[in-house]
Amino acid sequence: MNEKLKKNKNWITKDILKNAVKDSFKKLNPKDMVKNPVMFVVEVGFIITLLLTVFPNLLEKNGNSLYNGIVSAILFITLLFANFAEAVAEGRGKAQADSMKKTKKDTQAKLVEKDGNIKILSSNEIKKGDIVLCEPGDIIPNDGEVVEGLAFVDESAITGESAPVLKEAGGDFSSVTGGTKVNSDWLKIKITATPGESFLDKMISLVEGASRQKTPNEIALSTILISLTVIFLIVVITLYPMAHYTGVTISVSSLIALLVCLIPTTIGGLLSAIGIAGMDRVTRFNVIAMSGKAVEACGDVDTMILDKTGTITYGNRLAAEFIPVGKFTQENIARFAVIASLKDETPEGRSVVELAAKQGVIIDKSEYHTSENIEFTSQTRMSGLNLSNGARVRKGASDTIQKYILEHGGIVPDDLQPNVDKISKLGGTPLVVCVDKEIIGVIYLKDTVKPGLVERFQRLRQIGIKTIMCTGDNPLTAETIAKEAGVDDFIAECKPEDKIDVIKREQALGRLVAMTGDGTNDAPALAQADVGLAMNSGTVAAKEAANMVDLDSDPTKIIEVVEIGKQLLITRGSLTTFSIANDVAKYFAIIPAMFTLSIPQMRVLNVMGLSTPNSAILSALIFNAVIIPALIPIAMKGVKYKPMSAEAMLAKNMLIYGLGGMAVPFIGIKLIDVLISPILKALNLG
Amino acid sequence: MEIIQILITLGILMILVIPMGKYLFKVISGEKSFIDPCFDRVDGVIYKLTGIKKSEMSWKQYAVSFVATNLIMALLVYLLFRLQGVLVLNPDGNKSMNPLLAFNTAISFITNTNLQHYSGEWGMTYFTQMAAVTFLMFTSAASGFSVAAAFIRGITGKSETVGNFFVDMVRVITRVLLPLSIIVTLILVWQGVPQTLEGTKTITTLQGSYQDIPLGPVASMESIKHIGTNGGGFFGANSAHPFENPTPLSNLIEIISMMLIPASLVYAFGIMLKNKKQAWVLFAAMSILFLISLPICYLSEAGGNPILAGAGLSQSMGNMEGKEVRFGIAQSSLFTTVTTAFTTGSVNNMHDSLTPLGGLVPLFQMMLNVVFGGEGVGFMNIIMYAILAVFLSGLMVGRTPEFLGKKIEGREMKLIAIAILIHPFIILMPTAISLISHQGLSAITNPGFHGLSQVLYEFTSSAANNGSGFEGLVDNTPFWNILTAIVMFAGRYLSIIILLAVAGSLASKRLIPAGVGTFRTDKAIFAFILVAVVLIVGALTFFPALALGPIAEQLTLGK
Repeated sequence: MNEKLKKNKNWITKDILKNAVKDSFKKLNPKDMVKNPVMFVVEVGFIITLLLTVFPNLLEKNGNSLYNGIVSAILFITLLFANFAEAVAEGRGKAQADSMKKTKKDTQAKLVEKDGNIKILSSNEIKKGDIVLCEPGDIIPNDGEVVEGLAFVDESAITGESAPVLKEAGGDFSSVTGGTKVNSDWLKIKITATPGESFLDKMISLVEGASRQKTPNEIALSTILISLTVIFLIVVITLYPMAHYTGVTISVSSLIALLVCLIPTTIGGLLSAIGIAGMDRVTRFNVIAMSGKAVEACGDVDTMILDKTGTITYGNRLAAEFIPVGKFTQENIARFAVIASLKDETPEGRSVVELAAKQGVIIDKSEYHTSENIEFTSQTRMSGLNLSNGARVRKGASDTIQKYILEHGGIVPDDLQPNVDKISKLGGTPLVVCVDKEIIGVIYLKDTVKPGLVERFQRLRQIGIKTIMCTGDNPLTAETIAKEAGVDDFIAECKPEDKIDVIKREQALGRLVAMTGDGTNDAPALAQADVGLAMNSGTVAAKEAANMVDLDSDPTKIIEVVEIGKQLLITRGSLTTFSIANDVAKYFAIIPAMFTLSIPQMRVLNVMGLSTPNSAILSALIFNAVIIPALIPIAMKGVKYKPMSAEAMLAKNMLIYGLGGMAVPFIGIKLIDVLISPILKALNLG
Repeated sequence: MEIIQILITLGILMILVIPMGKYLFKVISGEKSFIDPCFDRVDGVIYKLTGIKKSEMSWKQYAVSFVATNLIMALLVYLLFRLQGVLVLNPDGNKSMNPLLAFNTAISFITNTNLQHYSGEWGMTYFTQMAAVTFLMFTSAASGFSVAAAFIRGITGKSETVGNFFVDMVRVITRVLLPLSIIVTLILVWQGVPQTLEGTKTITTLQGSYQDIPLGPVASMESIKHIGTNGGGFFGANSAHPFENPTPLSNLIEIISMMLIPASLVYAFGIMLKNKKQAWVLFAAMSILFLISLPICYLSEAGGNPILAGAGLSQSMGNMEGKEVRFGIAQSSLFTTVTTAFTTGSVNNMHDSLTPLGGLVPLFQMMLNVVFGGEGVGFMNIIMYAILAVFLSGLMVGRTPEFLGKKIEGREMKLIAIAILIHPFIILMPTAISLISHQGLSAITNPGFHGLSQVLYEFTSSAANNGSGFEGLVDNTPFWNILTAIVMFAGRYLSIIILLAVAGSLASKRLIPAGVGTFRTDKAIFAFILVAVVLIVGALTFFPALALGPIAEQLTLGK
């Protein structure tokens, strides 16, 4: 994962920047603006202050055109900054969508007609249910199922993975995606999608953000932000008569400045950017989320259901231990195990060599190049080497080897059977090694947990996520692996329908369940789960049932996806808290400043020691504007996420974004005041 | 010594909170308690006579029952006010109320506000003091308590129903309000509060002049006035009047009576939730807000009035203008803080005469409206803020916010978004209207910053259903009677109905077990987050208005 993330560490490129600047202006259109009520209020404020710049006495006596103009300009910049944040987020998606669109160029397709004739058509004309022929170099016109043939397909257009993938009719490798290229041989494909609705089309519109809908949490948050905006609107509107009654004069521009400072413009301006960027982080991770809701749901996952084979273990049995029997030593068995596996290119064979090397037993392969390789066949059920000195080294299943040496007049050592039984009991596979008629020892082959997974499960436990392993193995084997991997629970001898039962059981306890799957029989479980991550290599049914698809087909990614979901929510929460905490300082900057002219004693409340009332109000307003772009990187990249308990995380984020949110504007406004007060003085506004 | 008085009062409350909370829990939950043998029979007779069926209600049915019952009672009481002049028990021959005053007064008492645009001595008869005012003091308090009980059932429960409004009303009155009132009445009578149907006595004073001494069934009203966080005085001077609050002991009893039920209800909620820590966290948050307010009021009053000091008057006793010598600064400022925090609204000193900062404290408490608050509704308000706090900061742990094991989603937030709007809207808008209209302006007796405070106080008190007056406003005019009635009505019913809807929505949700990844609201840190949210969202909203009112007045004092 890390490589991919690192590649995209630069959250902005020149191209994106250029387009984003253009879009920031385009988005000023009130029609678009009204979708974001908080920023719409700013826009209305901008228009009013603009009018007051041109006609300073429109609403009040002795209006100051220059001051109104400055307020108006800052409001305009505030709007641009907020639009820019959204435009950057969208721009990153668009850049990716553009590269996908290139693969979607109109190509030619070979339609197989009912009589078997081939007709060349534009790929746009291929309908659902048509059968097409794809030969090397052909772009597959649309999503479909292989009905005939076998070929390697280059899926780099969507996955970025250059190694071609084998596709064949029937089974779990029959689904192909439109836009991918056939590399070898040929395929006959039945098209399963209508033009314009292919997986690639969906992906493009998803990463483009065109079909982006606000997520439930985003809607709820927007509602509160609107409510806060209305409250502050009431505050500012009612302040005017109150001030008037007490003989305090306040300019309309200052009132608008107060309003804009108080309404949650920071989070209002960044909210959609955070959402888009969250989706984008998932996409960059080569996972396509069908909706923002799915990403958000990831953050809430309580239980994760993982397949053992392929997800937790490699699925291949690898050498884990050498056990000598009879008079032989550890060194003996390691040595002969390697010799027996020297020319064995299966994963098992290679793992024997690797294990021995780890134990310090290294054998020079060249010494044995003259040896005769005995391949594994279903008749002999053993493999090995006939050495040049005549020795025959074999490895194989326990009963086969026992039979083999008994035939050659050897004897079975007493301690062989107990060792073999022990390995079987633990769910491993014993491979017995013999030389001529003597049994040297046993290789303990077992299912191996992928490296790093133990730590990851540990991390999941820290953030309160329970892991359940599903496997078709017997309970004993399952338990061994479960213990080794450190999962919380396991289901042995698991059938597809058992998975659904587990999901339902967990859901009944109020938990949110995530799972990964690839086969057709996983589809119902994927649909039942709250977060279903399907593998791109999997069947169409599985992909349709899931709410996310992993293009790299790496089932362990679900763990990272969950973390991205959490990070999205944390980012949203932190910036909301920050935005609202900012208000404290803004109040203390603006309120005393507004009233000091009429009530000089109000100076006492000017705790920041801001130089003049005008400077105080403008400094607060400028701070309010520049904080938006300052926070864009956090909105794009998300706040730093480290797995820890909710309590620790809350304390930490509260300290940074809550208390920080109160403190930062005090410092920021003061700094801006120091910078701008000489300028204002020069402009006669001091 | 003065501080010790305050500490003793608060200490007594803390001793009473747990046993009272346990008792309230039993009343709400219907669990067996030692008084069942007696009260089950009483309640049984009432159920039979009134035909109350104990069926469970949805939140909507509950809200409709609550509003309908309240409206009928208000209408009844309105008629009594209109006809009191010709009805019985009117020894002093007082007149009936005019329609708008009767309307305002009926709304005022049914909403548990007890804003009084009349003076009891001449505006009411003994009959209406008992049958209208004291009657509504019981039922409005019981209504508030019942609604809170339903709310608690909703947010803590697993079923979609929230109880039966009528059963709650009966149980609250017979098991809580009546017994407590009888005890407190007897203590007050012992302390010298009159309880008689005899009319005003005219006596000859030592100087030989004549003085009218108004009497009446005062003690019975005085007790429920505080126990039910009502606050409407028998006499115009309210609890500053020697017949309403004659001694320091009666003062202590009245303060404790105001605090007892709202404070204990929080503990009862903890038992209901089976998580007392959660209750203590809420209790702590409200206490923090209370404890930052009280010293401001006390110190400001103890500091005296600089203008008077400048005129050569000794301020060594503090600002004693409008205060009773028998209570002094400590008992006056404590009473003021408690009566506005627990939104009772009775006063034992003139709030209009408080120093500007001292007067800011009661205003501030009512603007927050969550510092324990009135019977039941204060609790609902703090939960509203708790949900808001959870929603705003809960995301920071990387999960959709949850409160009490229930997910907080769009529906709840829409309701809460409206609920948090109501309070600032119905305070600031009418204040602004008053300040730009002739009818509003003509009522203000002290122009300038203090005038703004007067108007602001009137509407804040109405909106918070507190009812205490800053006084000084000439408020028995159609303009004020209508406007404050609307504010009281909206302040009471809109927020209660909306919050009941929130409870109904939460009640139907799946309970999510708490894990290490859950945002815990029963930890100390949440108390601070809650206080911060209340202050930033609740209090800062009013900062501009406060700055132009009491703060400007304080700063320009002695200019």
